[in-house]
Amino acid sequence: MLNVKYFASLRDIVSSDGEQLEANGVGTVGELRDLLAERGGVWAEQLLDGRNLAAVNQQMASAETPVADGDEVAFFPPVTGG
Amino acid sequence: MIRIQHEDFDVAAEYRRLCNRDCGAVVTFSGNVREEKSAGREGDLQALYLEHYPGMTEKALQNIVDQAGQRWSLGGVTVIHRIGEIPVGGQIVFVGVASGHRGEAFAACEFIMDFLKTRAPFWKRERRASGERWVEAKHSDSQKAARWK
Repeated sequence: MLNVKYFASLRDIVSSDGEQLEANGVGTVGELRDLLAERGGVWAEQLLDGRNLAAVNQQMASAETPVADGDEVAFFPPVTGG
Repeated sequence: MIRIQHEDFDVAAEYRRLCNRDCGAVVTFSGNVREEKSAGREGDLQALYLEHYPGMTEKALQNIVDQAGQRWSLGGVTVIHRIGEIPVGGQIVFVGVASGHRGEAFAACEFIMDFLKTRAPFWKRERRASGERWVEAKHSDSQKAARWK
């Protein structure tokens, strides 16, 4: 299972702060993103516009970053701290 | 020292804590919630709400501080970032750097802030009379972070 988390405006728009997902056939962040985007609607809008960022096991990730069973994967908007 | 907390902080106390060794130069920065008057119906800014990613935010700040320590010779470094609701005028973030000389202290403090603003997982939400709205990341912040080779 992948432990997926959503933060900030992304969380509000998809109305979920996270979920557990089967890792079947999903080997990278990009593939996970595509899988989630297949839900259509706000999922596709948010995950395919290139704006939101991703992290795997609390390290910044790119589309090519591998994901494996048990990983924590987070999606979130560009940061605005400070 | 890195702290993420709801409570307010005392800049004078943090300054005193910072000065143990290598204190020829101490530079501190405080970021506060700016007043923002609105001419429109939405109303003036009342407060910011700061969200973070527990676990990742701490690691990201430590990574930024470590990078500063590799670039410059530093004594103490303190980064404090608040989370939760902060009213207009309230304090959000503190960065303090102690070093032997002012060049390093100034540069490291600015570096830490530029990287914090583009790489540390925090997100701001504005509260106005009309409701709440997430703040958008600024292109100028990315440009500032990109200056540091």
